[in-house]
Amino acid sequence: MTYGTLTDAEARDLRALAGIMIPASSAHGVPGADDALIFADILKSLERDTADAQMALKHLRELSGGAFAELAPERRTEVAMRFRHEGGAPLFALNRVVLLCYYRDDRVMRALGQEPRSPFPKGHVVEQGDWSLLDPVRKRAPMWRQV
Amino acid sequence: MHEKVDVLIIGSGASGAAVAWSLADTKMRILCLEQGDWVKPTDYPTNGRDWEARLFGDFAINPNRRARETDYPINNGTSPIQVVNFNGVGGSTIMYTAHYPRLHPSDFRVKTLDGVADDWPVDYATLEPYFTENDRMTGVAGLEGDPAYPHHVPPMPPLPLGKTGRCFGEAMNRLGWHWWPSDSAIATAEYDGRAPCINLGHCTPGCAQGAKGSADVTYWPHALRAGVELRTRARVREVTVGPDGLANGAIYYDAEGKEHFQPAEMVIVACNGIGTPRLLLNSVSGRFPNGIANSSGLVGRNLMFHPFAHTYGYVDEPIDGNIGAQLSLWSQEFYETDKARGFVRGYTLQLHRGAGTIVDAIANTARGFLPWGEAHHDVYRTLFNRKLGLSAICEDLPEEHNRVTLDPVLKDSNGIPAPKIDYALSDNTKKMIAHGVARSKDVLAAAGAKNVGSDAPMLNAGWHLMGTARMGTDPERSVVNEWGRSHDVKNLFIVDGSIWVTSGGVNPTSTIQALALYIADNIKRRLADATLFD
Repeated sequence: MTYGTLTDAEARDLRALAGIMIPASSAHGVPGADDALIFADILKSLERDTADAQMALKHLRELSGGAFAELAPERRTEVAMRFRHEGGAPLFALNRVVLLCYYRDDRVMRALGQEPRSPFPKGHVVEQGDWSLLDPVRKRAPMWRQV
Repeated sequence: MHEKVDVLIIGSGASGAAVAWSLADTKMRILCLEQGDWVKPTDYPTNGRDWEARLFGDFAINPNRRARETDYPINNGTSPIQVVNFNGVGGSTIMYTAHYPRLHPSDFRVKTLDGVADDWPVDYATLEPYFTENDRMTGVAGLEGDPAYPHHVPPMPPLPLGKTGRCFGEAMNRLGWHWWPSDSAIATAEYDGRAPCINLGHCTPGCAQGAKGSADVTYWPHALRAGVELRTRARVREVTVGPDGLANGAIYYDAEGKEHFQPAEMVIVACNGIGTPRLLLNSVSGRFPNGIANSSGLVGRNLMFHPFAHTYGYVDEPIDGNIGAQLSLWSQEFYETDKARGFVRGYTLQLHRGAGTIVDAIANTARGFLPWGEAHHDVYRTLFNRKLGLSAICEDLPEEHNRVTLDPVLKDSNGIPAPKIDYALSDNTKKMIAHGVARSKDVLAAAGAKNVGSDAPMLNAGWHLMGTARMGTDPERSVVNEWGRSHDVKNLFIVDGSIWVTSGGVNPTSTIQALALYIADNIKRRLADATLFD
């Protein structure tokens, strides 16, 4: 299956928006979603969501009265917040791609205390737990209806 | 023209696999046609860093989103619940949670007990040996002694309780409510050549470890060794009939779109609650102008989902998050009818683990919890790995207006008309959903959870597809008889979820497979005394 790609202007607007959605944080030691590596992943991962992303960015451009990325920072934030309320399903799809690339970045994963690796083959350990917690339930009479 | 087979099975999922394996000991020539592919363990998302992202791509649960070559589109219309499935060897068991409850004895007698819908023409006691056989074949983990069920002994010990399970268990005990480790089709020990679960995370997008009992790793290896032939990338367009009115085979398309006719002595349909009525309605002939096996007009009608009411909250301390099987505990506290609740029948409460970093972020954005800007990071950290979720899986009663028809416009890549869904929630279900949400909130309060909310009914939760070719003894009120044979076409059988009379309030795969084994035994018995097609 082939998907479209964003124009340079759309990509610039998206990067500016991604930086507002999830800015870098020195307090948490994490990059923003507009980080070069993460943003490259976002562009590559639009795939099924490309059409929605383009629709969302068209809406953003309309709200901006031109290129969103070229607005002054304060105005950009103002427009972004309005867009957040008005963007609907296309924006949700766009936001989803930003999140799915951001939250698999090694730096972000490590900052969350997560090992940046695939689940297989190492897997995870889940504590077995104490099944004596079930003792009150074990004492119950049969609950199912006899027929 | 292919060589004639004795038995042609259409669909290789939960029921098709079980019936193929069971019939193999007859030494008949058995062929199964499957529109999808084998999925290799190395194909599964948990092999890669992009495992969560692929839940929104080639392993999305919704076929319209996934849109593989092997999928067919579904017009969900205005239904508040969208159909989700998987097409491939093993069918939707490839992407099920492996939560594996049986129907309860009362589920087969809803008319007698509660005065609604119809009783089934079979009962729990009749199916009990098939449940046991199916548990053995599938490899079920669980704990003996659940007071919500007749006694049975799962072959393997239960999945671990974990931190999330402890939270739930303590909360349920505070309320004095039933909870129990679920029967799960997940190996907790070496089992029949399968490696034990290593807690890769959510089981839905397929198990790279092979611990999950999807039908491709349970029944199919045994069926193939016993001589059953499985032909993949064979998408069936229609079941054909001969001049005698009996089914004589099926027409299918291969991966290149080339049309084939496969002749057969008997045909078994195993495409589940959407695929089966779609196929039957597409099987139009002079003798069956409204679709094969449809003299009752009930093919496609009485569609039942299990509306899911998901309720969630967040505790202060980190719990299991995405580590471990998503579902390993259930509560049957509200399963049996109590008319004081304002509705009949009931629901299971499934007790969930959380999600990984990405799905957590997306879900919390959808819920409006996760802001943009500087605050994003702080808020994310108060939610991540702290979610407790409960789903009330509600019994859906049969209503004829809830149905599958053929879409007049939408077609799959071979030009076969696609299914269209018309479905609305009943008042009984709406009351049950509200009750399930309220009781789930009680559990969350007992667990000290905050930021409690609900998604009810969940949109992308049409996993359980039942009722669209119901079984019964009356040919005017049912599509197949009490052992799965079409009333109209005496060498045509249906073995999947579409034959269910009512839905119960549990995940259906265990009962679907037990029913398939029961029908296979009936076929074998009648073959032996030459009464199969009488």
